[in-house]
Amino acid sequence: MDKPFAITLDVGSSLANKTGSWRTSRPVYVDRLPPCNHACPAGENIQSWLYHAEAGDYEAAWRVLTLDNPLPAIMGRVCYHPCETACNRGKLDESVGINSVERFLGDEALKLAWRFEPPVRDSGKRVLVVGAGPSGLAAAYHLRLLGHAVTIIEAGPLAGGMMRFGIPKYRLPRDVLDAEIQRILDLGIELQLNRKVSNILDTMHSGAFDAAFLAVGAHIAKRAYIPAGSTARMLDAISVLRGMEGEDKPLLGRRVVVYGGGNTALDVARTAKRLGASDAIIVYRRTREKMPAHDFEVEEALQEGVLIKWLSTIRNMADEGTLTVEKMRLDDQGFPQPTGEFETLETDSLVLALGQDVDLSLLDDVPDLVIEHGVVQVASNMMTGHAGIFAGGDMVPSERTVTVAVGHGKKAARHIDAWLRGGRYAPPPAHKLAAFESLNAWYYADAPKTTQPVLDLARRASTFDEVVRGLDESTALFEARRCLSCGNCFECDNCYGVCPDNAVIKLGPGKRFEFNYDYCKGCGICVAECPCGAIEMIPETI
Amino acid sequence: MEMQTVKFYQTGTFTVGNRLLAEDERSVQANMHRTNSLNSGHRACQGCGEALGARYAIDAAMRSTSGELIAVNATGCLEVFSTPYPETSWKIPWIHSLFGNAAAVASGVAAAMRVRGRSAVRVVAQGGDGGTTDIGFGCLSGMFERNDDVLYICYDNEAYMNTGVQRSSATPPAARTATTPALGREPGNVFGTGKNVPLIAMAHSIPYVATASVANLRDLERKVAKAMTISGARYVHIHVPCPLGWGSLPADTIKVARLAVESGLFPLFEAEHGEITGRTPIRRKVPVTDYLRLQKRFAHLFNVADEPRIARIQAIADRNIAKFGLLETPAHG
Ligand SMILES: Cc1ncc(C[n+]2csc(CCOP(=O)(O)OP(=O)(O)O)c2C)c(N)n1
Ligand code: SF4
Ligand SMILES: [Mg+2]
Repeated sequence: MDKPFAITLDVGSSLANKTGSWRTSRPVYVDRLPPCNHACPAGENIQSWLYHAEAGDYEAAWRVLTLDNPLPAIMGRVCYHPCETACNRGKLDESVGINSVERFLGDEALKLAWRFEPPVRDSGKRVLVVGAGPSGLAAAYHLRLLGHAVTIIEAGPLAGGMMRFGIPKYRLPRDVLDAEIQRILDLGIELQLNRKVSNILDTMHSGAFDAAFLAVGAHIAKRAYIPAGSTARMLDAISVLRGMEGEDKPLLGRRVVVYGGGNTALDVARTAKRLGASDAIIVYRRTREKMPAHDFEVEEALQEGVLIKWLSTIRNMADEGTLTVEKMRLDDQGFPQPTGEFETLETDSLVLALGQDVDLSLLDDVPDLVIEHGVVQVASNMMTGHAGIFAGGDMVPSERTVTVAVGHGKKAARHIDAWLRGGRYAPPPAHKLAAFESLNAWYYADAPKTTQPVLDLARRASTFDEVVRGLDESTALFEARRCLSCGNCFECDNCYGVCPDNAVIKLGPGKRFEFNYDYCKGCGICVAECPCGAIEMIPETI
Repeated sequence: MEMQTVKFYQTGTFTVGNRLLAEDERSVQANMHRTNSLNSGHRACQGCGEALGARYAIDAAMRSTSGELIAVNATGCLEVFSTPYPETSWKIPWIHSLFGNAAAVASGVAAAMRVRGRSAVRVVAQGGDGGTTDIGFGCLSGMFERNDDVLYICYDNEAYMNTGVQRSSATPPAARTATTPALGREPGNVFGTGKNVPLIAMAHSIPYVATASVANLRDLERKVAKAMTISGARYVHIHVPCPLGWGSLPADTIKVARLAVESGLFPLFEAEHGEITGRTPIRRKVPVTDYLRLQKRFAHLFNVADEPRIARIQAIADRNIAKFGLLETPAHG
């Protein structure tokens, strides 16, 4: 016995005392679905690419982004970014400028000529894509990456569809459009231009295609009956916008009236202004709240001097360009009703922007199809009633935006791939939504004062693209870092730090954390102090 | 706050770590190889603020001294829950003598180290509020006045918790304890004159005095690290919620501590040689009721809507805010 006086036992460690037995509930790490991802019609994993952008690894961010969407530079300009509407940061100060960061990544990729990795194996299957718009291009991209041989047949003289013939240049520069399309084609996708498919079954048969994805878009302008004199100049919005792509710009005159309330109406009015019209007046039969056009586009158009006549319909147009406009009022159901009050409006041309229809003639001889309201019905796997023929974009029932179209292309590609392999594609189960209430907002820094003006600039850049250029590196980084990482661990070390019992094991960079249930007493501090709500307390079962 | 100069916007330095900061800019607690001075298996209650505060402080001191540290502990929860014979949770040399003599024992250990020529070894004394502001107060004042080379850390959970929540001179007015029950015309602790030991320490003109909270890790670590760069007597007073004694949820320990700071009831400041040299501004001011409501020891204030006494507590917070300038942004921020 060489122990000190009165000491009979060796020094022991408290590690012998497994305090985990005290616990009645245990913390577990979870992943939740961030609201931005949830809202993205293209199914982008936004939070995940922001995560890489936060670290300044823009190429990794771009690679994660393009797993879902091959057109970030385009999307960063034309998407209506429902992600930002859903962003939890909006409840804190302002939502993250996701769209502007996407544009930055897209532009960076074009600048530095990042390419897609071609598939390593060919499946031996051939897939036909009809239409080189956003949906067709997205489908072709994903199908090619899955190893299939893809041919796109396009009726128009150039690829891009509505992105080229419906979206004005001031919103989408054509060099950006061309470069992102070319990068997809570079994967080894065949593109046949100026070829209209008149009978899809014949085309599939003669080209020995195993499946087809149809995305022909909605290019036929809807008409309204407006009595007009024989020399009255009446055009439709789509041909005006299409005309902008050619040598001879459409002749609209000094005073232009546009009839309709969608984004296309605004595009035409703004285009008319840019063509030198002194007056560009939009006539719309309902109120601003009911207008289908996006608010920011209305705002931009108004700033550019476009005038809008609300609650008005056009009754007729005389030869000398006099329009008779009737005032409307909304009834109890919110429908516009005539009032019998008229006024006149002088104009050089009237442009109808009343929506578009789809040319479905290529489907005339296909059995088992269901066509309702002028669009093809598809099942949840995007397949039409006819086995092997899938469809997406504007020709199926849905919202008509580039982003939705891209989402259709991706979704259809996955199902076509599964179908070609004789299986069914089952999407991974969605996580629970990361609601704002599950966050501990205390931990998110306010933007430091010195950088605040840049933040304002970031805000502006995301909504005034043609006025303010894209973000530069530092502002893009700033925006990315405003992400709260809702619902998914971003390795802030809080759980590791705040546990009074050292019961959280840090596994190292990129590896997150683990609980040591031998010692976790189940106090729940880690859950309460996790900024992003990535830990949940569940009762112990005894 | 000089620690906010790090340019990172997502969580700044509010979280324990930050993957985007350089390793040496991160907190001690974020480090995979932190000492874990107070190891797992200790017998503190679920969500113990004192256990957390002790690990925060001692790990920081360990980093500052490259592991050359001896801790002296007064009697109290921290001592009892960490060292049931023969087990210890301490991964550093640690000594316990009596309830009231930790400061004196620490002075002795420091003297012994000096005599033996081991001046690199630094000494920390630590105790609860009872052991510091009441029974150990004489020894503490002596240690200050002699300017002994000791950092004394008080873990303030505002009562004698280890023996069953008796009132101490750090117990706040109106708080219910075992000895100040929520009975009679003025339930809970009296509205006394207060006894602010950090200010008393400053009155000794010792080189360094600071208050800290488990709700602000970076602030706490910076203050401990600063204390370790200084020789002579130093005092750090850390606010550590006690779920059992306060009647708060174990999961709310940090939240409660944060509300004490944000309401102004627990001002964070530091002082050198008797002069205040810094204060940590309130980030988002809250009324004291936000803080009080989370704790059963104050439940009687709300059961009968004791507005006058709630107003008196609010007045204490407001006085702190004015006195320490807690709503002013720092000049160099
Ligand atoms: C001289 C002496 N008196 C009384 C006690 C009993 N005692 C042990 S711990 C304690 C309370 C400690 O309170 P505090 O210092 O505030 O530490 P806490 O337990 O609250 O952390 C008391 C009264 C004792 N050990 N020695
Ligand atoms: S903080 Fe620690 S003890 Fe508390 S629940 Fe989390 S892991 Fe368990
Ligand atoms: Mg105490």
